[in-house]
Amino acid sequence: MQHLIVLPVVLPLVAGILLLYRRQGATRAKRLVGVVATAALVVVGFALVARAAGGEVTYYALGDWQPPFGIVLVLDRLSALMVLLTAVLALGAVVFACAGDDERGSNFHGLFQWQLMGINGAFLTGDLFNLFVFFEVLLLASYALLLHGGGKARIQAGVHYVVLNLAGSSLFLIAVGVLYGATGTLNMADMAVRLAELPDERAGLVTAGGLMLLVVFGLKAAILPLYFWLPRAYAAAPAPVAALFAIMTKVGIYAILRVYSLVFGDHAGPLADLEQAWVWWLSLGTLVVAGVGVLAARDLRLLVAYLVLVSVGTLLAGIGMGSPAAVSALLYYLIHTTLITGGLFLLAELIGLQRGKAGTRLVRGRPLHQGGWLAGLFFVGAVAVAGLPPLSGAIGKALMMAAAEGGQRAWLWPILLGTGLCALIALSRAGSTLFWRSQGEPMGLPLPRRQWFGVAWLLGASPLLVALAGPVSDYTRATAEQLANPQVVVNALLNDAGGTP
Amino acid sequence: MESLYAITTGVLTACGLYLVLRGRTFPVVVGLTLLSYAVNLFLFSMGGLTTDGAAILDGPADYADPLPQALVLTAIVIGFAMTAFVVILAMRARSEAGNDHVDGRKHEDGEGRP
Repeated sequence: MQHLIVLPVVLPLVAGILLLYRRQGATRAKRLVGVVATAALVVVGFALVARAAGGEVTYYALGDWQPPFGIVLVLDRLSALMVLLTAVLALGAVVFACAGDDERGSNFHGLFQWQLMGINGAFLTGDLFNLFVFFEVLLLASYALLLHGGGKARIQAGVHYVVLNLAGSSLFLIAVGVLYGATGTLNMADMAVRLAELPDERAGLVTAGGLMLLVVFGLKAAILPLYFWLPRAYAAAPAPVAALFAIMTKVGIYAILRVYSLVFGDHAGPLADLEQAWVWWLSLGTLVVAGVGVLAARDLRLLVAYLVLVSVGTLLAGIGMGSPAAVSALLYYLIHTTLITGGLFLLAELIGLQRGKAGTRLVRGRPLHQGGWLAGLFFVGAVAVAGLPPLSGAIGKALMMAAAEGGQRAWLWPILLGTGLCALIALSRAGSTLFWRSQGEPMGLPLPRRQWFGVAWLLGASPLLVALAGPVSDYTRATAEQLANPQVVVNALLNDAGGTP
Repeated sequence: MESLYAITTGVLTACGLYLVLRGRTFPVVVGLTLLSYAVNLFLFSMGGLTTDGAAILDGPADYADPLPQALVLTAIVIGFAMTAFVVILAMRARSEAGNDHVDGRKHEDGEGRP
């Protein structure tokens, strides 16, 4: 299976092209192709994780142009984990969409597959410019998906989202240009080697380029001063798209983790850990602002969007701490938060569908037709996302807090726990309003089974993550160790002539 | 040549940034276009400025770095497609909201009135 590494990019691409057949109609066939392709991606994800779990770094040189000159896809523990996570999340979202959301506009399934292609490519690529290209692929698909179904709120949020991301892309190109000009390479592993021998007069240039990249990734990840686009866009997006977008902020987190651990690792001398101080303080700021936003939200979707922001702050704090233990904790938390917030977006849609005119707004409305089941799922999701035992959020947060050292504890513990409290208050208030403060006769139709499946698939990940906490945290710990030692990647890519195709 | 090139890139970037920060969608789109021109010029200069050099490494003679040229080509294609998309999006926003303000507000200064 020498071509296994390229499958997560090629499979959605081919499926997306197949799905272009006829703009409207052929609904059943399109749904089948979309779901089968996404399910196949889950299988590929498991195969990649099994291959990477041994600790060996393998690469796929496109067109057999060997690194550092050719473009490579690199498979290590981190990228395998992210691809699998994307596929699992996407399967829940696409099955949910098959209940009818995909018919509100054209080409939903094709765009969905291309979005997956961009995300998987960004996770796998080992080349800085290629990272830009895959970012553009996933953004292009996300622009169209965000507007799927139309409507004033979506268009308004879309204008902000598109303009901001285009400006961000320009900045990305400038940063890549600066780094290429200073080091003469775009391959990340090669850049790491060259930074070790960087002439002093170019250090300033590389610092500027590196920090500009942080701004770009920060925009994608929605760090404190750059997050204003997120709540509105996520709250306006159609539910399955919002659920898939739960991985988009994590693409930014992944890029920060990857670029700064590989390129700006310990070997880079004075340039090592360029981002750490920035990320640490900004992450704490993000947490505080997100906590306020969670309390202030008057709509369930907006509330969940701010919960995404909470998770971004928590994850960034893990990067800011920088130790392998913190990175391991953040990876565990990342799996949990991606699936749970994705599931909550889907659940919010279900609740909105049954409340008639009140929708997801947190006001008195009619009682829900299937209120018991929905309330049960909401309870599971709320416990998981607020970080209460016995679900996975508590384990993630406990790992994170245990990883903090010395002075970091004084900052992280109160802020992280305080934000958790904010989330708890806001969620219990939302839950009691949605399920108890109701009057009139229940209305609305029973919900389709596919939607229930989507929500249960994603929220069910939380108990599963608790049951499998041992193996999962073993894997994340091994991943963090691999990340802390970038020499492995460098050796695999640059000193291993031939071998893999 | 270097200073002229640098000034051109700088002026384009400054104009682009100024226009992106405007309140109406049309200047914003023009600003994004200018910004992408500036970025393309900037990327192009990153391999060093050479005149009359072939884009291949051919002995010790003067050559132009081919990689930035390939990058610029990619960036131009993506930038062009995106401009087309933003124009359509701005028109949709204009027809949905009834005005061309980026926030969809009627009054650009937004003071006093909702």
